[in-house]
Amino acid sequence: MKIASISSSRSTLDVSLKRATRHGDILWSGLVIVMSLVVVALVLYIGWMLWQQSAEARAKLGWAFVLPTGESTWDPANSVFQAWAFIYGTLITSVFAIILAVPISIGISIFLAELCPEQLRLPLNWMIELLAAIPSVVYGLWGIFVFLPKVVVPIGDGLGALFGDVPALSQVFTGPIPQSGASRLAAAMILTIMIIPTITAITRDVLLAIPNTQREAAMGMGATRWEMIWQVLLPYGLSGILGAVILGLGRALGETMAVTMVIGNSLESSGSLLKPGYTMASLLANEFAEAASTLHTSAMIEIGLTLFVITLILNIIARFLVWQVARRTPQEARA
Amino acid sequence: METKIAVSDTNHDTNSTVQSAESDNKMEMKNLSVFYGKFRALTDINVAIQTNKITAIIGPSGCGKSTLLRSFNRMNDLTANSRMEGGIFLDGENINTSGVDVVDVRRRVGMVFQRPNPFPKSIYDNVAYGPRLYGIRRKSDLDGIVERSLKHAALWDEVKDKLHQSGLSLSGGQQQRLCIARALAVEPEVILMDEPASALDPISTLRIEELMHDLVKDYTIIIVTHNMQQAARVSDYTAMMMIDDKRSGRMIEFDRTQTIFTNPKDKRTEDYVTGRFG
Amino acid sequence: MTKFQELIAKNQVAHLRQRKLVNAVMLSLTGLMTLLALVPLFWIVGYVIYRGGHTINLAFFTQLPRPLGVTGGGVLHSIEGTIVLTVLSCLFAIPPGVLAAFYAARNPNTPLGIVLRFSTDVLAGVPSVVMGLFVYTLIVVPMKHFSGLAGGVALAILMLPTIIRTTEEMLKLVPHTLREGSLGLGAPEWKTSLSVMFPAALNGIITGFFLAIARATGETAPLLFTALGNDNFNVGLIVKGGVQAHQDVFTILGRIINQPVDSLPLTLWKYAQQPYPERVEQSWGVALVLMIFVLLIEIFARLWIESRKRRLQG
Repeated sequence: MKIASISSSRSTLDVSLKRATRHGDILWSGLVIVMSLVVVALVLYIGWMLWQQSAEARAKLGWAFVLPTGESTWDPANSVFQAWAFIYGTLITSVFAIILAVPISIGISIFLAELCPEQLRLPLNWMIELLAAIPSVVYGLWGIFVFLPKVVVPIGDGLGALFGDVPALSQVFTGPIPQSGASRLAAAMILTIMIIPTITAITRDVLLAIPNTQREAAMGMGATRWEMIWQVLLPYGLSGILGAVILGLGRALGETMAVTMVIGNSLESSGSLLKPGYTMASLLANEFAEAASTLHTSAMIEIGLTLFVITLILNIIARFLVWQVARRTPQEARA
Repeated sequence: METKIAVSDTNHDTNSTVQSAESDNKMEMKNLSVFYGKFRALTDINVAIQTNKITAIIGPSGCGKSTLLRSFNRMNDLTANSRMEGGIFLDGENINTSGVDVVDVRRRVGMVFQRPNPFPKSIYDNVAYGPRLYGIRRKSDLDGIVERSLKHAALWDEVKDKLHQSGLSLSGGQQQRLCIARALAVEPEVILMDEPASALDPISTLRIEELMHDLVKDYTIIIVTHNMQQAARVSDYTAMMMIDDKRSGRMIEFDRTQTIFTNPKDKRTEDYVTGRFG
Repeated sequence: MTKFQELIAKNQVAHLRQRKLVNAVMLSLTGLMTLLALVPLFWIVGYVIYRGGHTINLAFFTQLPRPLGVTGGGVLHSIEGTIVLTVLSCLFAIPPGVLAAFYAARNPNTPLGIVLRFSTDVLAGVPSVVMGLFVYTLIVVPMKHFSGLAGGVALAILMLPTIIRTTEEMLKLVPHTLREGSLGLGAPEWKTSLSVMFPAALNGIITGFFLAIARATGETAPLLFTALGNDNFNVGLIVKGGVQAHQDVFTILGRIINQPVDSLPLTLWKYAQQPYPERVEQSWGVALVLMIFVLLIEIFARLWIESRKRRLQG
């Protein structure tokens, strides 16, 4: 019968359509899930591989590898490996960069979030972000030939003159700075420029997310704009700002090329800012491709592992802090 | 719901019944107009606020009540592209001029907002914030001010043992009273309240209203409310506002609350308070 | 007079003036700092244009390097290497990145979704030099030589977080009414994703690709132990030779990606450190090309995202 055949053909169409979509959907969700797992697995694999490949060094060198000892030396030819010089270099350049960058970044964020006239807002935001887009090697090149002679050397001379003889600070400020300017100070200053965009962008967003009612409450009582910012906004957003700073620190610790090009890459034992130094990242950049032995390679991978773990921990702390601020702000927020 | 209604030009006649002695006017608006860029949010507002009385501003939503309220302490200045023309008088002096110290105006004319907005600091630090701004540092002075303000805001008994807990740990009604205490701590002369109880439950609302009756003995209060029953319960004078056909807010009528609610002069006021619209 | 009024009357004028002074000074400082931060931007860009401008000529783009000590020549090997690496990294990064982003956008709160977001953040924070170590161990060691393939993989992993994040963001911006409309018509999930969601977000997703490419193009550290560098890389010659020897497409392609390869930042790094002035001069030219390329992509991509966001929300 006609009617029966139409309905039966429709039902077979339905069935085959359902089968196709079911398979299609299964395939799709499967694919999507697999790729997500791949990303997660990648992170785990990186950690695991770093751990595994550094096994030889960890076994032979133990904890003394990363601890500060009297004689921190790195002598591949004689299989002497001690990483403290590089850890120190990384830490001092990054910490000094943070000290310089944080007040500047917070100042810029305050300007961008609270004071900037509407038309300037977008262009200024972009320009700060462009600072972050300049490739690291270009920073290094400019550093070597322009920034170091014109800015770092005069400042280094000044700092050395000011603090070189002060007993408490002389460790860090004994000069004189080399003529080329290649020094930990140079690395720290270039790092400062490079991490300002990171800290600024997040801090600015934190400030913008603070509800307007807080501003109005303060100013309604007769606070000046600065008092409102300093006494109400910054404390309110403190954990988010802290998160921004930590992320900036993470970036500074891992920065390789610009640092290598201006730090001098020397194992001179003085700890002074004004002298050439070495960081973990720049060691890897310089020596890894020509490792002399398996222990050498393994030791360098252990350094890589150290970097990985430090940046991982910092990342976790930072995300947690930024998340905390987001949790606290109520629904109303300044657009 | 807003209703556009053609407005007659003159509304300065409505003030004649309430302008007794000039010196009784704590604050006054004379031909105030507020602009946001090209948009004229308020047109030709004239109103006289009596000392130690509660004045309510009512009207359908969007008619500019909050804008008017915020003009009293020049909070509109904080909005970009805003401009105020006309006279705003505090104790007879025009505060809408460039020579005036806005920071001091805001101390003398305090504000409480619709949603409680305590700082994420301790209860003590919230109330002490204002005095500290003015350089009062000695603990004994601050303790005294904090206690006095919290008592005045009817919150002291509930928090006196936990002054160092965060202000955010209090209930909504308590937070609002904390904000009132915070505003009181700098000893203002006028208190502006923007729908102070609209975010609170009925019991807290009642307590805030009782508080207003208490406070008005020492302060002059101006409140904005969309709740007509509240305006009728609480205020001595009422100002009725509405939007004109250019979407600008105007003052339709201003009189003793009694008159506005039982015998209003303007038909639009009558329609609004009897619930025919709005 | 209350205590407060007393105090006010006493300190009022002086204290207020001081507060306003502090206010003016601090606020101007913030503006000053903003200007200060922009100085390096303009200085670097300006100086690179100035020094690099002198070096660039047609030969720069079309010739291989001359031997040391001889002037002239170009960085063709570097440009071609950069292109090969970019193509490879896009091939490796885009499919998994986009697919994972689909999952992240639809399932932000499942265990896998949370872990995925966390992993993306971690991946974004790994120093690029460490990534190079990883790929070295993963690919270079088993293959026993450096290659463009390894370099492409390293760059791909670096691009992954950016691609996932932007794609996810753009997918979330697509009005959910679009998706519901498609599902409401009876279309299956996968078809909805591919033929409705993806095209709707495509513009934004593509700009995400560009941003990721801009980042990857500027990377040097991971290439140091993967692609290594190759002064004689010349795709044209490889292809010609392959065709003459009757090799098939795959063999030729294999030859292209299986050898060490240079890239613009890598070349810059090497030339900048050499004691030969003509190399140093050329490094400025490379810096100029690299910088303009990266900055143009960034600016263009951000402009596009802004207009896209405005259109979807407006």
